Amino acid sequence: MKDPVDVLIIGAGASSAAVAWSLAETKMHILCLEQGDWMKPSEYPSTARDWEARQLNDFHHSPNRRARDTDYPINDADSPIKIANFNGVGGGTVLYAGHFPRFHPSDFRVRTLDGVADDWPIDHATLEPFYAENDRMMGVSGLAGDPAYPPHEPMMPPLPLGKAGATLARGLNKLGWHWWPSDSAIASVDYEGRAKCINLGHCTSGCAQGAKASTDITYWPAAIRAGVELRTRCRVREITTNEHGMASGVIYYDANGIEHFQPAEVVILACNAIGTARILLNSASARFPNGLANSSGLVGKNLMFHPYARIVGYFDETLDGYRGPGNCIWSQEFYETDRSRGFVRGYTFEFSRGQGPVMAAVHGMQIGRLPWGTEHHRAYRRLFCHRTGMVAICEDLPDEHNMVTLDPVLKDTNGIPAPKITYRLSENSRRMLDHAVARASEILRAAGAQDLWSEAPIPDGGWHLMGTARMGIDPARSVVNEWGRGHDVKNLFIVDGSIFVTSAGVNPTRTIQALALYIADNIKQRLATLFD
Amino acid sequence: MLSADQSRSLRCLAEMMIPASAEYGMPSAGDDVILGDILQSLGRDTDHVIAVLQTLDAMSAGRFADLDPGRREALAARLRETGGEALMCLTRIILQCYYRDDRVMRSLGMEARPPFPKGFEVEQGDWSLLDPVRARPKLYRDAG
Ligand SMILES: Cc1cc2nc3c(=O)[nH]c(=O)nc-3n(C[C@H](O)[C@H](O)[C@H](O)COP(=O)(O)OP(=O)(O)OC[C@H]3O[C@@H](n4cnc5c(N)ncnc54)[C@H](O)[C@@H]3O)c2cc1C
Repeated sequence: MKDPVDVLIIGAGASSAAVAWSLAETKMHILCLEQGDWMKPSEYPSTARDWEARQLNDFHHSPNRRARDTDYPINDADSPIKIANFNGVGGGTVLYAGHFPRFHPSDFRVRTLDGVADDWPIDHATLEPFYAENDRMMGVSGLAGDPAYPPHEPMMPPLPLGKAGATLARGLNKLGWHWWPSDSAIASVDYEGRAKCINLGHCTSGCAQGAKASTDITYWPAAIRAGVELRTRCRVREITTNEHGMASGVIYYDANGIEHFQPAEVVILACNAIGTARILLNSASARFPNGLANSSGLVGKNLMFHPYARIVGYFDETLDGYRGPGNCIWSQEFYETDRSRGFVRGYTFEFSRGQGPVMAAVHGMQIGRLPWGTEHHRAYRRLFCHRTGMVAICEDLPDEHNMVTLDPVLKDTNGIPAPKITYRLSENSRRMLDHAVARASEILRAAGAQDLWSEAPIPDGGWHLMGTARMGIDPARSVVNEWGRGHDVKNLFIVDGSIFVTSAGVNPTRTIQALALYIADNIKQRLATLFD
Repeated sequence: MLSADQSRSLRCLAEMMIPASAEYGMPSAGDDVILGDILQSLGRDTDHVIAVLQTLDAMSAGRFADLDPGRREALAARLRETGGEALMCLTRIILQCYYRDDRVMRSLGMEARPPFPKGFEVEQGDWSLLDPVRARPKLYRDAG
C-alpha cells in the first residue's frame, strides 16, 4: 500500500491542473494520477514533414483511431457525434483549438429565462473572479469591448485578422451582423515565458511553439513547483469507499499493468464527462450498487456535446490557407433566444482560416470537388488557399436519454470496462443547425464565396463533453452540490465538464477551469468543515 | 508489407488518381520517390490498402497492373462508385504523401519545410472593419 495523501486528483487535463494549482497553497500533500504521458512539444507533428499525416494517426482527436497505449476505447457507435479527446498531461488542451469564450449571464439561467432545462445553482457573477484568475494563468488574446459580452479585458492583443478574417468580416458587415475577434488561449505576444504564436497553422495537434495554453505548459509547471506530485501512466480503475461510505482512495494500474491501492483523504475527479462517469460507474459496490455517488441515478445521464455545423466557401481570391492560427473571429448574432427562429437558446459562429495542402486534397476528394485524372491539378488549385468558413456551436440541452454507460464487452488494455455512448440529436438542435447553415451561407455569399459546402452535425465533433454528473442543490436531481462536492460521498469532488447543468453555445474550457478554481476556493475556505 | 505485384497495382492507381502535369510542373503520385513514401506510410491502414488492391485484382480477374489503360480506367471508376472506408484510407495515404513532396510543395508556392520553427506570416488586417460593430448596443441579456 502507498502512503496516504491528503488530496488525490484523477486526470491531469484542463480542470485538474487548475484545481491542483489552486489547492497547492494549502501545503496539503496533493497527488495527481494521470493515465497518459507528458508531451514533448519538440516532437509535435508541426516539427516534421509528415505534420498533416500525423493528425490522422497518432495525433488524431478520436481515441479509437489514435489508439495509443495511453488511450481507452469508447464505443460511440450509437451516437451521430463521435468522441474526441486527448489522454495525457494537459488532457484535451493538448489538442484543443484554444477558442476561449466565457459563458454569458443568461447561460446560468436557462430555466428562468427560457423555460427549458435547469438553472445553475451558481451565477455568472460568482464565477467572474475565477474567470479572471484563470485568464491570467492561461493567457488570453482578444479585444475588450465585445457587445455580446459583459465587459472583460483580455491581456493580449487579438490574433491577426488575416485575409480570411477580413473577407468574412466584410460579409458580416454587409449583413449588419455581429462579429468580434475571438478570445483565444493563444499568446499573440510573448506571455509569462511562453513564446508568441508564429502561425504554424496546426494548433489542434499540439503547439510546438508553446504559444497555445495547454495546461502542461501553464498550470502544471506552477503546480509542481508549488509541491503537487503528478504521477503519469497511472490508470484509475475505481474509487474505493470505507465503512462510513466515504472515499478511501483509488485502485490504479501502473505502466506495467501492476495494480496499486492509493489511499487518500479527499478524492477529486477530473477525467472529463466521459472518463469521470466511467470511473463512478466502475466504482459500484454493495453500498453503492448503481455506481458511486449515484443515488440520483444521474451519473452518466444528460451527456451534452455541442452539435456543430461546418460551413465553408471557396473564393476566387487567395486566402490564408495553411497559415494559422485557426482561431480568428466569432459572431454571436444568433446567441440569445429568439423564439421566432423556431428554437430556443442559440449558437456561436467561430470563423476559421484554411487548410494545409494535404487536408485540402483529402477534404476536396471527400466532398467531390477534387477529381482523379488530368483535371486534378486544375481543380486542386481552385481549392488550395481559396477556402475559408466557419463552424456553428449549438447549445445542446440536457436530456437523460443521452448518456454514458459501461459497455458490456469493450475493455481497455487493463481490462477496465470502457464507456458506451448513447446520444440522439434533439429537434431543437436540428432546427438550430439548419438555421446556422442557412445564415452561414448568407455570410459566405455576402463575403463573395462562389461555391459552398456544409455538414451538420459534424460527425467527429464530440470534443466538448458535459453534463454527466451535474451540479445542483437537490440531491435527487444532481450528483454534486453547488460547490462540486458529492451529495452522497462528502469527500468526493468533481471539477470537470461533468458538472455542467447546461452547455451554453460556446466552447466550455474557460468555464470548466473557472469552475475548478471556484471549487478549489470553496475547499480552501471550508477546510475545517469540509465533510459536514 | 505489399507484394511486388500489389506495389505495381498501387503505383498504377496512384498515377490514375494524380497523373504528372507538364503544365504545372507536377510529378505523378506514382513517381518513384512518392510511391516509396506511400509504401512506407501504410502503417495502421495496411490492411485497408491490401483489401482495396485485392478487390481490384479480383475485379481484373488477374493483375490490375497488367490490364490495358482503358480497362484499368473502367475498373477504377467502378471501385470509386463502391467507395467504402478502405478506399478512403488508401486515397488519404496517397494524398498525404503526394502533397508533402518537395517538388509538389514548391509548385504550390510553398517552401518545402515543416511549419515549425520558422512559422508563417499572417497579415494583421484592417481592424477599422470593426467600427460598425463597436457602435452596436449590447447583445447579451442580463440575467438578474
Ligand atoms: C480537437 C479538440 C479541439 C478542442 N477545441 C476546444 C476549444 O477550442 N475550446 C475549448 O474550450 N475546448 C476545446 N476542446 C475541449 C477541451 O479540450 C476540453 O473541454 C477540456 O480539455 C476538458 O477538460 P477536463 O478537465 O474536463 O478533461 P480533459 O482535459 O479531457 O482531461 C481528462 C484527463 O483525465 C485523464 N483520465 C481519464 N480517465 C482516467 C483514468 N481512469 N485514470 C487516470 N487518468 C484518467 C485523461 O487521460 C485526461 O488527461 C477541444 C477538444 C479537442 C479534442
